Amino acid sequence: MDPSRGRDDGAQQPGATGDRSTLTLHINGTEQTLTLDHRTTVLDALREDLGLTGAKKGCDHGQCGACTVIVDGRRANSCLLLAVAHDGARITTVEGLADGDRLHPVQEAFLDRDALQCGYCTPGQICSAVGMLGEAADGFPSHVTTRTAPVSAPAPLDAPEIRERMSGNLCRCGAYPRIVEAIEDVAP
Amino acid sequence: MSQAPPPLGTPAARREGRDKVTGTARYAAEHTPPGCLYGWPVPATIARGRVSAVHTDEALALPGVHAVLSHDNAPRLKQPDDPILAVLQDDRVPHRGWYIALVVADTLDHARAGAEALRIAYETTEHDVVLSENHPGLYTPETVNGEYPAVRERGDADRAFAMAPVQVDATYAIGALHNHPMEPHASTAQWTQDGHLHVHDSNQGSTTVRESLAAAFGLRPQQVTVVSEHVGGGFGCKGTTRPQAVLAAMAARHTGRPVKIALPRRQLAAVVGHRPPTVQRLRLGAELDGTLTSVSHEVITQTSTVKEFVEQAAVPARIMYGSAHSRTTHRVTALDVPSPSWMRAPGEAPGMYALESAMDELAAALGIDPVELRLRNDPADEPDSGRPFSSRGLAACLEEGAARFGWYDRDPRPAVREEGPLLVGTGVASATYPVYIAGSSASAHAATDGSYRIQVNATDIGTGARTVLAQIAASVLNTPVENIRIDIGSSELPDAPLAGGSSGTASWGWSVHKASTALLRQLRECTGPLPAEGLTIFADTEQETSEKSPYARHAFGAQFAEVAVDSRTGEVRVRRMLGVFAAGHILNPRTARSQFIGGMTMGIGMALTEGSTMDPVFGDFTESDLASYHVPVCADVPEIEVHWIDEDDPHLNPMGSKGIGEIGIVGAAAAVGNAVRHATGVRLRSLPLTPDTLLPYLL
Ligand code: FES
Ligand code: FES
Repeated sequence: MDPSRGRDDGAQQPGATGDRSTLTLHINGTEQTLTLDHRTTVLDALREDLGLTGAKKGCDHGQCGACTVIVDGRRANSCLLLAVAHDGARITTVEGLADGDRLHPVQEAFLDRDALQCGYCTPGQICSAVGMLGEAADGFPSHVTTRTAPVSAPAPLDAPEIRERMSGNLCRCGAYPRIVEAIEDVAP
Repeated sequence: MSQAPPPLGTPAARREGRDKVTGTARYAAEHTPPGCLYGWPVPATIARGRVSAVHTDEALALPGVHAVLSHDNAPRLKQPDDPILAVLQDDRVPHRGWYIALVVADTLDHARAGAEALRIAYETTEHDVVLSENHPGLYTPETVNGEYPAVRERGDADRAFAMAPVQVDATYAIGALHNHPMEPHASTAQWTQDGHLHVHDSNQGSTTVRESLAAAFGLRPQQVTVVSEHVGGGFGCKGTTRPQAVLAAMAARHTGRPVKIALPRRQLAAVVGHRPPTVQRLRLGAELDGTLTSVSHEVITQTSTVKEFVEQAAVPARIMYGSAHSRTTHRVTALDVPSPSWMRAPGEAPGMYALESAMDELAAALGIDPVELRLRNDPADEPDSGRPFSSRGLAACLEEGAARFGWYDRDPRPAVREEGPLLVGTGVASATYPVYIAGSSASAHAATDGSYRIQVNATDIGTGARTVLAQIAASVLNTPVENIRIDIGSSELPDAPLAGGSSGTASWGWSVHKASTALLRQLRECTGPLPAEGLTIFADTEQETSEKSPYARHAFGAQFAEVAVDSRTGEVRVRRMLGVFAAGHILNPRTARSQFIGGMTMGIGMALTEGSTMDPVFGDFTESDLASYHVPVCADVPEIEVHWIDEDDPHLNPMGSKGIGEIGIVGAAAAVGNAVRHATGVRLRSLPLTPDTLLPYLL
């Protein structure tokens, strides 16, 4: 036997064990039941176990936003979420935004404004924008929101607000000015 | 019938845009063949020495771990064309972060756990990782990156400087910078029964990577297929093959299974290349009317002990401004550091930061407006070679930029524009980037249904290559662009050079233009109906692109910035930026604008946020992840205005284009730095201009 080879796959349990659990995620409206290693993040479950590679891995450490998806209505860095802790969660990824052939208005605006280059940050930017629009509608303030702004009324989104609220999503291609224009197009 | 719009120069939308906004565009790590294993590379944790033992027992005992590769058992490579690819071949550790092992397992979690369980013993040798101006190892290389001579002298620069009534003698320093494309380098490799190697790889040119993998594994290029359909940015650090491709192919051979490797972000700084630090001394001598008499640009930089790469930072001074006397030199020392490589506008980006900062200092010393000083020194011919410029749009860019920006409204005195606690200022800098072009091949096919298909192994790293190449073909074939199908991103397509040196569109485009032109001619000659299989023409441009041009060919630009510096915190905010570029004929204004903006954005990072320090004790880049290495975020980037002067330059290529991917970063950092100086009166000569560096001067 080649000493550099480890155990056979056969030694592993397919089902739940001490370090694996079975859980259900509702992804883009479809129920998915998976048995996953407890260390598996939502991002890896999407990309490696479910083949939903729209959410990207840029850093795996919550530093870039490429993995942004919408979890129970709020945007989140899926590389920071352990799947086992999200049994029952409703997750929307970039693949789930369009309505059949009809793109989500944010996707449409990104295309119209050429708000992407390499496209690697784009799914995260788009999910983040969708989540951010929801946060603003719900009256969440940001660091640049004036202190006198009415509490819990929808926060108005001008360019500085959008820039601030989108700063968790890095774009090394530098598409930011175009991303801001695209979001302005769909912001109320 | 409606008239087809002229396809070249029109703002055609990105062809793969829909795939990218819906998440269906697949990148290198997003192919998972059945039975695919995951590789986790293990970096050295010493800065110099040898691996004395790799203890694998604990790692191999973990569930799911299939193999551990190290120099003890990794397949031997034949002849890698780049020494950075000779991984796991011997026990030498040339720098911290050099790959010394690879763990292969059935899942990512198992592979990472295996890598953590590996125990490595080292023999450590003393290391030398700090660049200094009097480092004993400094030497003058023969050539610098781009194959330019390391040293050029004209006249007597020292004497002319000594005699000049106005002098600037200043030294600028830039630390290491990291490319950090958003997609980390990744490869999925698989060997088939017949010994063919298939790789999905994230790179800037898969023809080059195919050749390199063939050389490394002792194969014929035809036995290797490299696919790079979508690439999540590169900016130089995916220019040629990087270790992940070699490791994935090794592991796939060793295990007999497909293997996927996506490099962890924190490992990138050490293994994919970076912009090396530079220390640049500028000496400018001028007459009282601003005429430059002496220009000296002397660069000190570092490379690794693995290979020689010399950032050609003094090269732009050879073409920018006229002066009777000039000296441009580079010296380098090989340290126990990661190997440097290309990062967006290597040479020009750091070199023009120094030169354009010095020009600003000279303008201040002379009391001449900085735009005017540059205009007064705009040469008729290229100073270094004496060759005429094929076109030189610097003056036009400066003039148009100054008018659009409202430059002349400024009070030239520093530190006089206060808005409460904010100090506001404006700055300008020139930009330049050479015209590179390489031979390429392409095929053009006419189908019986009247549609066309273009094939060329171009790579789209975010530039919009598919789109512009289809436009080029459509313009030649006089057909709507929708009528062109285009295939790029696979080494099975006609060979093409990599996306680098801002040369992609010119190089690939020329071969597309040539193939399309020949196809059109054939179609015109063809009287009867087309044969059922259609008509295919193959063309390559080796010959036309190898002819040396009698002209000096460069793109130029002018960058303007307005900043506000908070006198309480030292924080610099860019308020607005404006760039005007003269880069030949702009073939797609929509995607071109995005590229210019992207370059300028990276320039804001270079000026204000991006900095990497070498830890002298550990021999490590301290800022190796995106939490500590600060690429600009959305809130750092204000409105950026981009304009261009459409040049009609017949000495370039059939499309009349110059490259646009890199010039946007050139001069941007100097414009910001000059604006900070105008705002505050403080001239800092090292980047980035972080609050802690500025604040002591503002209190
Ligand atoms: S991959 Fe999750 S934040 Fe970067
Ligand atoms: S489009 Fe390339 S990183 Fe944003």
